[in-house]
Amino acid sequence: MNPVLEVRGLSRFFGGLKAVSDVSLTVHEHEIVALIGPNGAGKTTFFNCVTGIYTPSTGDVLLHTGDKTTRLNGKKPHQITALGMARTFQNIRLFPGMTVLENVMLGRHCRTKAGVLGALLRNAATRHEEQNTIDRAYELLRSVNLHNAYASTAKNLPYGAQRRLEIARALATDPSVLLLDEPAAGMNPFETRELENLVKDIRKKYNLCVLLIEHDMNMVMSMSDRIYVMEHGSCIAEGTPEQIRHNPKVIKAYLGEESDA
Amino acid sequence: MFKQRLLKAALASVWFMVLTFPLMGIQLNRVDNVVNWRFDRTAMMGVGIFVLAMLWNWCFERRALGLPIIKLPDKVINTAYCLPARPLFRRGLPAAILLGMLLMPLVSSIYQTNIMISALLYVMLALGLNIVVGLAGQLVLGYAAFYAVGAYTYGILYEYFGLTFWVCLPLGGLAAVLAGLLLGLPVLGLRGDYLAIVTLGFGEIVRLLLLSQADITGGPAGISNIPRPGFFGMEMSLDQVTTYIYYLVLGAVLLTIMVISRLKNSRVGLALQALREDEIACEAMGVNTTRVKLSAFVLCSCWAGFAGVIFAAKTTYINPASFTFMESAMILSMVVLGGMGSITGVVIAAMLLILAPEYLRAFSEYRMLLFGAIMVLMMIFRPQGIVSSERRQYRIPSDRQNVTDNKELSA
Repeated sequence: MNPVLEVRGLSRFFGGLKAVSDVSLTVHEHEIVALIGPNGAGKTTFFNCVTGIYTPSTGDVLLHTGDKTTRLNGKKPHQITALGMARTFQNIRLFPGMTVLENVMLGRHCRTKAGVLGALLRNAATRHEEQNTIDRAYELLRSVNLHNAYASTAKNLPYGAQRRLEIARALATDPSVLLLDEPAAGMNPFETRELENLVKDIRKKYNLCVLLIEHDMNMVMSMSDRIYVMEHGSCIAEGTPEQIRHNPKVIKAYLGEESDA
Repeated sequence: MFKQRLLKAALASVWFMVLTFPLMGIQLNRVDNVVNWRFDRTAMMGVGIFVLAMLWNWCFERRALGLPIIKLPDKVINTAYCLPARPLFRRGLPAAILLGMLLMPLVSSIYQTNIMISALLYVMLALGLNIVVGLAGQLVLGYAAFYAVGAYTYGILYEYFGLTFWVCLPLGGLAAVLAGLLLGLPVLGLRGDYLAIVTLGFGEIVRLLLLSQADITGGPAGISNIPRPGFFGMEMSLDQVTTYIYYLVLGAVLLTIMVISRLKNSRVGLALQALREDEIACEAMGVNTTRVKLSAFVLCSCWAGFAGVIFAAKTTYINPASFTFMESAMILSMVVLGGMGSITGVVIAAMLLILAPEYLRAFSEYRMLLFGAIMVLMMIFRPQGIVSSERRQYRIPSDRQNVTDNKELSA
């Protein structure tokens, strides 16, 4: 299997604080990889380094698409998205006042190119591109089962639907890697199971690989192909769900050590 | 409950009487050096505030209960809701307004036409600002600066090079765009309050430059005798030229409405709205926020430049006093009052804010007070503005499927 996202020795310091130190991680084609760890382990900082919100202090973030390899360090978030990496946010960040369809249409922004002049002239090319955007957005809404709500305002959707809309919006950017930051946070078990199936479906349908941060152990164990575990900014374990389940270091990190006096 | 309300209102009225006593209750007679105590005015003030406070509380209570402030009969409400959907209304009303606007200068006096011209100019300005403030959600407080740049471009180019209105119109727009870039490039990284303060400073800098560079701009005296726009070199009387400018501005406003509504419903417009809603998410979804912001800035300043040139040609005299912060604040309140991003709302608000003070001259002493009161009330009871942003209808694939099905059926 070819690697798609490759992170080598990534560190990020905030002053003297090592939020992430020397973490390496690889996501291969068609793989679902989970990144877990206790609160404050540095997972979200890691995510932000990969998606360009922070610049890594050391290390490389490489994205392999087709036969091209791009180094993402220092690139801006919108450039990284255009290169084929899309993300969702831990605390949902939709465009609350816009409609569901418009939210997804915005995701097509980096794949379309009509400018101000095109907008003013509304020539055939612009109209054609716009209708394509609408069609594509609607199709994506259908794949997350939100197409009936396409005209409602995003903020009026129930919580689970907002999560799905965020995924559809990320998919609209035609990613080769999808990064999900705690997608199941705040969901009930039924919604979580639904989400799990959805992620598996879209992986197959759009031929993606997925990297997710998650706290819901049931979901992580049942859906991921491989798991990385972080604690105090460094990676302490890597392996299949079965290996992770029995890794003493992981158990220690999650449950704490027995301290016999 | 009622007793409590009475008490609250009484308290408010006493408080206001104390507050306004030095202003309203004491009158100094400088001739005889005596003080006239005007308790009657203070008492009137108290009664007025008491009534207002009662009304105020009543409104708040209704709002807390989720009731409309004025309950109209169901029939009226139903017709009001259905009206916009009726094709006759949707096409008829704008057509009727347009017809009225077209005929207006033929029947009204020069004075009325002039008032309408300045109202239309403000509509143009407010719509221009609406791009950056309403659509992109970037608070710009120094908009009058771009307006000034446009006006002075025409003034100076005429004075030194003798260029005519039609040559200066695009040049004024261009100059304003350059000013917009000058301001926009360094401050694009700033958000919210910081951007507001920087643009506020920029507005003042431009105004002070115009005042201080007296050799070029004429300083506080400004530039006078700027020619009105020509029409193929025809000699026109004041009456005719006013009518001509009126149609010019009306055309400019129609063009503005077309441009803004197209922009709003385009890919760029969608990105601008997303920028307003959540900048971080917008950037993460692949929008080059710097570029989008810059194009909004450019377009918005360009419009102010055009309006500035027309303004200079209309008044034939410009000086820095026309481009104060008050002007920027006025245009900004049109956008906020009209409803951020809404075209109809901003047009209505601009018309209201310019025409109301003109026709309220009878109450000239109180009109600014009234103006302030209306603003406060609007922000409390309808913070989203007169028209909360209308959303566009999209043609989704299944809709088209239905349409084609229907066509086949009928065929």
